[in-house]
Amino acid sequence: MSSLAVLQTGESVQEIQLAPVSRLDLIKYAGASGDFNPIHTIDEEAAKAGLPGIIAHGMWTMGNLAKLFTEYYEEGFVKDYTIRFRGMVFLNDVVTLKATLIEKQGNDLRFDVRAVNQNEKDVLKGEVVYQLY
Amino acid sequence: MFKDQIGKQSEKVKNVVERGAVKKFAEAIGDLHPIYFDEDTGRLSRYGKNIAPPTFPRVFDYGVIEGLHLPNKGLIHGEQSFHYVRPLYVGEEVYCYSQVKNYFEKKGNFGEMGFLVVENVGVDGEGNTIFTSSSTVVISEAVRKVLTK
Repeated sequence: MSSLAVLQTGESVQEIQLAPVSRLDLIKYAGASGDFNPIHTIDEEAAKAGLPGIIAHGMWTMGNLAKLFTEYYEEGFVKDYTIRFRGMVFLNDVVTLKATLIEKQGNDLRFDVRAVNQNEKDVLKGEVVYQLY
Repeated sequence: MFKDQIGKQSEKVKNVVERGAVKKFAEAIGDLHPIYFDEDTGRLSRYGKNIAPPTFPRVFDYGVIEGLHLPNKGLIHGEQSFHYVRPLYVGEEVYCYSQVKNYFEKKGNFGEMGFLVVENVGVDGEGNTIFTSSSTVVISEAVRKVLTK
């Protein structure tokens, strides 16, 4: 396991590429989160909402993105996590999760975080402040 | 149309960070790290127990804000933030409520869009804040028309 404390400004944590988004991923998230908005799981409902297909819950992608930091739990914790949803995630999209250190201020590490799809488009973009103990 | 809701808040609701719910949630976001569910890993960690993923507060019940009626369709989740004082612990009780922080309208590509900002708060048994989270929901003109009918 590596350490966040030794990361230099401009460096990134190991990025993660997710498996293509499946309907089961979204059904599982619906059940685990309690968000049963049908545009995330049922084709007809997505079509009624004017969408070309079901889309992932924004919070599913945001939840996934946070795992870039999970393994460092002994070093600190996610103090601030702010994101803007920039694009929709569809079935079979391949999402890559990235975090780059942009500033160190005392014990606070500020990261630019984003999730990009297979076309290199940001679907979610924001910041994490990781506070070291 | 939501302007008069600003400042309204729900009654606190007691939630428990349930072990099974945390594991299911971690699995659903593909983050099945032992710190979230394995008791030995939790006990040997600096926390002495298991913790929950940062976006886990999505599952809590924040109570009902009286008079705030949101449609369950046609809303767009625009922004989301979490602020933590410390991680959430598996097994602990968290008292949760939400408050309408702001509402404003802006002209966009799809007409006049409404932006509703709701803050969710989780406090411990002594009243200390554990986390706050903020959601910005975008409500299109078309949806607002249906609501005012």
